[in-house]
Amino acid sequence: MTRSLRKVPLNLAALSVVAVSVFPVYWMVLTAFKPTVDIQADTPSFWPRHLTLDHFSTAVHADGFGTFWRNSLTVTLGAVLLSLAVALLAAFAVGRMRWRGRRAFILMVFTAQMAPWEALLIPMYVIARDTDMLDKLSMLTLVYFMTTLPFTIVTLRGFLAAIPVELEEAAQVDGCTRPQAFRRVTFPLLAPGLLSTSLFGFITAWNEFAFANTLIIKNQDARTLPVWLSSFSNVFGTDWGATMAASSLFMLPVLVVFLALQNRVTSGMTAGAVKG
Amino acid sequence: MPAAPPAARRRPPQQASVDPPPALRRRRRPVLGAVWPYLLIAPTLVGTAFLLLYPLIRNTVMSFQHFRLGELIRGGATFVGFDNYSEVLNDPEFWTVVRRTLWWTALNVVLIMLIGTLVALMLARLGKRMRLAVMSALVLTWATPVIAATTIFQWLFQSRFGVVNWVLVELGFDSYRDYSWFADGNSTFFILVTLVVWQSVPFAALTLYGGLTTISAELYESARLDGAGGFQVFRHVTFPMLRQLFALITSLEVIWCFKCFAQIWVISEGGPNGATTTLPVYAFQIAQSLHKYDVGSAVSTLTVLILLVALVLNLRRMFQQEGAAL
Repeated sequence: MTRSLRKVPLNLAALSVVAVSVFPVYWMVLTAFKPTVDIQADTPSFWPRHLTLDHFSTAVHADGFGTFWRNSLTVTLGAVLLSLAVALLAAFAVGRMRWRGRRAFILMVFTAQMAPWEALLIPMYVIARDTDMLDKLSMLTLVYFMTTLPFTIVTLRGFLAAIPVELEEAAQVDGCTRPQAFRRVTFPLLAPGLLSTSLFGFITAWNEFAFANTLIIKNQDARTLPVWLSSFSNVFGTDWGATMAASSLFMLPVLVVFLALQNRVTSGMTAGAVKG
Repeated sequence: MPAAPPAARRRPPQQASVDPPPALRRRRRPVLGAVWPYLLIAPTLVGTAFLLLYPLIRNTVMSFQHFRLGELIRGGATFVGFDNYSEVLNDPEFWTVVRRTLWWTALNVVLIMLIGTLVALMLARLGKRMRLAVMSALVLTWATPVIAATTIFQWLFQSRFGVVNWVLVELGFDSYRDYSWFADGNSTFFILVTLVVWQSVPFAALTLYGGLTTISAELYESARLDGAGGFQVFRHVTFPMLRQLFALITSLEVIWCFKCFAQIWVISEGGPNGATTTLPVYAFQIAQSLHKYDVGSAVSTLTVLILLVALVLNLRRMFQQEGAAL
């Protein structure tokens, strides 16, 4: 009895952390489903009472919504696939081969991982302008490719190191060439690693705002979702229901990815728990 | 990170960074052909050269040139030595922005580390179900995209129908009726700090909690037997055990907060009256609105130099950790 009483303040603190963490997101979703009358009521209601899909329909039918959604998807998938392919080659060279300069290469990748991208907005704009790449999704794809590449190499190298090289060697003894051994033996084992690495890349590219805002200026049709959403007052005016519906829709893919990854994230984190 | 990423927003700690490739240590196999590894890393090198190295060099070169709208359109920029730097360094506004950036970074990082540590310690003491609830809530916050979060916070603090003003009025602070938060410099700064702290605490708390779970229970027990109180246990057992992790998270948060751009730009564009202009925002404003690409580049270069202190510390630690794997 006294023990459970002592736990009360702790659990209250826990509840308040949950409340502070969840409330903004909950408020976004609730507003998105509330009729406008309720949104503009003098006393806001904190529970769902009358629900409506009107705001989602406003958001989906907003000018260019489909285009921006497609742009975001194109840029994100393009960048992630490109960086996965390039990183896989580099990770193989680093993890499975010995060569002069390997150490320097790894140091370069680590340094690149810390690159101050926010400070490169201006030169990137000038370069894009000089090379006629301004307002083009391909430029954005290339930038996102480079921002996710170092992280992808480092992570893939880690996953590759976890796969015993003996498996590959056994396949080579059985008559496979080295690329065959990699493709048939190591690659399938690497698949989960590839997936989770690419999902983190996906989140980074999907959420990126600064470069999308700097490199896409005149051609409004080439904008991505974050930039479009950041200018919601031009799109929806003071229609907060539609704004919240649009941001819920924008958040949805990220949430799905996070849920898919959560196991991996928390299992990695709690792996040490067994010891204690 | 990153941001994450940041761009690389918050990323989970990399499981990759600790384990050395055991395969390498044990055997040295003759390589198929000496060129293969170089072919395999060639795409990475090309990408890094064109998309990272070249912009960095271009930025530095531009900061020593006269590069305004005319040069942007027609080309033919001329070198002017340190003119841009002396213009920046002699501008009192620059120093105001530097001080503000340091204050912004310090305030955010201290709050993030303090709350993150408290939440991590709390997680370690919670029952199983409550802990799962808190962790899920933290992951939800972590997963919220930056731009979704900025939009939500603008709605929460909206003057007429915003829920924050309603709560404050209900609590008896009548002056907050229809109060417009974003018209005032200090309150906008406050909202931005709240936003960044809210988004950053999950990474710090979950990573620290992960570290806490690796400390064996015996250590705590013996400390308790020796008569240590709660705070003493933290000071003499928990903190020393996790010193590395604390240092890592703190330096990452310093870097992330210092170069924070999207949140500030979307909510206030550095305003009102420059009250939320930090260095990255300042550089962008100079280049984008005033078309002084040269001076903007100089500010960017100075930003990188200031950031380098945190970056070098962080890189050194990373290399030390990776030393075994190299």
